[in-house]
Amino acid sequence: MKKYDAIVIGAGHNGLTNAAYLAKSGLSVAVLERNPYIGGATVSRELYPGWTYSNCSYVCSLLRPEIARDLELPRHGLQVVPYGGGVTFKRDGDYYGNYYDHNRQYREVARHSLRDANAYERYATDVRKQTRLIRPYLLRRPPDPTSLKLRDLRDLAGFARSFTELGEEGLADTLRFWTKSVGDYLNEYFESDVIKAHLGGTGVIGTALGVYSPGTAYVLLHHYMGDMDGNVGSWGFARGGMGAVAAALAKSVKAFGGDIICDADVDRIVVRHGKVSGVALKNGNELPAGIVVSNLDPRRTFLDIMDRDDLPAELVHKAGNFKIRGSSGKLNIALDGLPTFNGLDRNNPLMLGDMHFTDSLERLERAYDDWKAGTWSKDPYVDMLIPTQTDPTMAPPGKHMMTVFVQYAPPRINGGEWTDADRAGFEQSVIDQIAAHSPDFKSLILHCETRTPREIEAEVGLTEGNIFQGELTFDQLLFNRPFPGYAQYRGPVPGMYMCGSGTHPGGGVMAAPGANAAREILRDLRLPDVVPGGYADD
Amino acid sequence: MTERHDVIVVGAGHNGLVCASYLARAGRKVLVVEAGDSPGGAAATREFAPGYSVSGCAQWVYQLHPGVSRDLELERHGLQWAARDLASVLLDSRGCHLTLSGALIESDQLSGDDREAWRAFHDRTGRYARLLARVFESRPPKLVESNLADRLTLLRLGLGLKLLGRDDMSDLMRIVLTNMYDLMEEYFDSPQLKAVLSFDSVLGARMGPRTPGTVFGYLYRRLGENFGYNGVAQVKGGMGALGQAMAASARVRGVELRLGCRVSSIDSVDGRAAGVTLASGEQLRAALVVSSADPVTTFKGLVGFRHMETGMARRVSQVRCEGIAARLHLALDGLPRFTGLDGARLGQRLVIAPDMNYLERAFNAVKYREYSPHPALDISIPTVNDPAGAPAGCHVLSAIVQFAPYGPPGGWDGPSAVAGLSHREHFTALVLDKIAEYAPGIKEQVVASQLLTPVDLERDYGMTGGHWHHLELSLDQVMMMRPFPGATQYASGLDGLYLCGAGAHPGGGVMGLAGKNAAREILRRGAAA
Repeated sequence: MKKYDAIVIGAGHNGLTNAAYLAKSGLSVAVLERNPYIGGATVSRELYPGWTYSNCSYVCSLLRPEIARDLELPRHGLQVVPYGGGVTFKRDGDYYGNYYDHNRQYREVARHSLRDANAYERYATDVRKQTRLIRPYLLRRPPDPTSLKLRDLRDLAGFARSFTELGEEGLADTLRFWTKSVGDYLNEYFESDVIKAHLGGTGVIGTALGVYSPGTAYVLLHHYMGDMDGNVGSWGFARGGMGAVAAALAKSVKAFGGDIICDADVDRIVVRHGKVSGVALKNGNELPAGIVVSNLDPRRTFLDIMDRDDLPAELVHKAGNFKIRGSSGKLNIALDGLPTFNGLDRNNPLMLGDMHFTDSLERLERAYDDWKAGTWSKDPYVDMLIPTQTDPTMAPPGKHMMTVFVQYAPPRINGGEWTDADRAGFEQSVIDQIAAHSPDFKSLILHCETRTPREIEAEVGLTEGNIFQGELTFDQLLFNRPFPGYAQYRGPVPGMYMCGSGTHPGGGVMAAPGANAAREILRDLRLPDVVPGGYADD
Repeated sequence: MTERHDVIVVGAGHNGLVCASYLARAGRKVLVVEAGDSPGGAAATREFAPGYSVSGCAQWVYQLHPGVSRDLELERHGLQWAARDLASVLLDSRGCHLTLSGALIESDQLSGDDREAWRAFHDRTGRYARLLARVFESRPPKLVESNLADRLTLLRLGLGLKLLGRDDMSDLMRIVLTNMYDLMEEYFDSPQLKAVLSFDSVLGARMGPRTPGTVFGYLYRRLGENFGYNGVAQVKGGMGALGQAMAASARVRGVELRLGCRVSSIDSVDGRAAGVTLASGEQLRAALVVSSADPVTTFKGLVGFRHMETGMARRVSQVRCEGIAARLHLALDGLPRFTGLDGARLGQRLVIAPDMNYLERAFNAVKYREYSPHPALDISIPTVNDPAGAPAGCHVLSAIVQFAPYGPPGGWDGPSAVAGLSHREHFTALVLDKIAEYAPGIKEQVVASQLLTPVDLERDYGMTGGHWHHLELSLDQVMMMRPFPGATQYASGLDGLYLCGAGAHPGGGVMGLAGKNAAREILRRGAAA
């Protein structure tokens, strides 16, 4: 059997990115994927004849442009089409729409509150300021504050410097931003419920926290710091679905000479004489390699595919306590035609963007209370899109595909497993909510794939169905991600690394963890750094 | 126009008195102006029914700084303890209570694993609380425009962190950001132990155990250990006696105390605080004004937004200070009987919060301006340790009740969901029902009751929002963010005006450090000028 220099476990976007950089440096690399298809949660699948679903991740923005350029993803077929719009429907039949055009945006906000229209500019400036601060750190290894190593001290000093440049009050404002709840943060600017709800939803996406939980203002940022063609904060669809991102990365891996092996279910990472020596597959085969990189979440990496005897006890403890509770589900729906929404003309540009039906922070918070109580939200928060308006390749002519991200859905129902009846109840609560604003929606449904955390875990292998491979709470960010002492992509055994979203800077199809991990591996091998580390200045 | 003072302190709450005493000790001529008829502010004793009196707002002392109490010679000025180092008893409706006394736990139901985990947890968090205590003893450092004193504070903090060792340091930096619920799940199995610890973490805070940052609240409660308290303590004569002792100490040091004078404005001349105007119209002049009132009252009420820069005024209106804790005082015609609780433990701190999810659900209500249908309680029966508070043979039960919103729809006297009952009456009935689950028969013993909602606490003690820490003690409002950026280090943005109340670093809890730190800062700046 061929001996590889490095094996990457899991062909998600981070695993592929990591492999591409290792291969680019001349290492022989194999990516092992359990499923018969690649992509992990960055995947497109035809689950109903004629319709392609981005059935896990569904929109693109955070993918670091430095990586896309460096790995020549456009040349390998990735095309990201920006979309605008976005609307929150109100219970009273009105809506709040989001426009790119500045004047139109002002008029729309002013329609709900003149005061808010005037505050909006200040809000946008302040969030942008925080975005600008964090972006340079996405493609960098987080420094370890407990370390006395020169590199850590230098990084920490650099980190401190960029913060002190903000000035005393600016720094305090930043610290407050990081520790505040998105609800409190928005209350500082806005008075209109629907505007707060429209903006606030992004602060809790993928997180088992409510809009009033401290630390969610930061998650808000997570959804603002991406860019499309240098346009910071904008979002797009990968043409052909999110699987196109994985496909382009895979082509890049292959172009550099790497192998991608599907249907290869890893049983464990083999450690001999205190060093990694390869991986053992479930079918009994063993692939030798001096470097093994896990793209699985930290829980699976340490508790499932590593032998406890090979790990320090405190690490097993930390992995066991790592917070990776799922909080969301997904509906992918094949539609016979474009549904109509109350109050919106079907040519309205707002139709092209995210649609929400939660018009107050209170409703968002109550949805979270259901999660805490161990059940799905009866009045869920949904982030719904109809990408086929922008990308006709995903459904037959005249037909449409709808992707509905749903929050909250707990990993377990009242302590027990999800049953099919639970899933049906979950599905119904979402469909009813949409149908309340779209009279013809139910009659257009041809097929609906409903994914609760149970299905997400079973298919993609994300523990408890957590889409970020670990909650983005502030005790699990930066040097604490995934846990203190292991935030620099290295595992406890020489030759073992982590490259998934469970590491800094987290999930959202950024590809940054995969790239950062590759940089650390190359450094350990004393190979030249080929991973872009800077950032596109905005 | 009366004689001129060096400093006027607004409010004779404990921090105001502490600050005044320190300033007077350093030779300043200090006047304290208090709206109420007795000193102490939130630390005052009130008669709530004929013959029954109780500490109106704060009920326990658990972190009064020993330096403050030594410097003010409080014991010489009449401070006596009715009881010290009281245990916390987590009540169980069947009588299987859990008693937590410092590091010791008494419970029939605790596993060996839990006991071992508790020892590890207690030691570890004790080390963190010690570090925090040191940070709280000085002014909050500035990080950017730091001077030598700030750098020394930061250096001490950094060194303290390093000295914890690598494991503790990284653990602290993680858990201080996390929530109590998850941390408890990491350590313990016993629902009772998890509940009593998480109750402490959310006491007085608009937070549930699942709220990130609650571990900080818990560490804050643990500060007392470093100040000589191994559990809560009860002042003889109620908290008012502490206020009286502080006032006596201040007077001996030459502080002039004027009670019953409400300050209606803090006046400035040429952009500098120059004195105060009383409600009577009398104007008092001084070189410096120090406010122990909460920041919103100080800036919005007394200084006035029109005398402030808009950015600053906006910050004042954005601070979070809505209280969520109510106080219930019950006058009882006899000693209440709690199921399975012997008489000796009646004088201790009794907690009703059966498990963390109960606590979390209780918290849910207040997010929507509702009161908890099943509230959590911190109960004291002060007359067990100090019978003077009630007629012979009678008793007072006084409880902190969480969670109660500042304003339920229609106000506290508006109609509740139950026909014929106001919100106030309905909530009182709910709380009584809850206590009766643990002390059957208590309802028949009630002679009189008084419910103080956050609105009442705001009115009676002048605390905006009725929050006993003045400002929410959440991570975004502590240290150099307290009370808000631009008004840290006890200075206020208005020359000559300082803050010394719980709204300033390090916060409330009858600690006295805000007053002490403020005095030190005022004297330091005075020396520089």
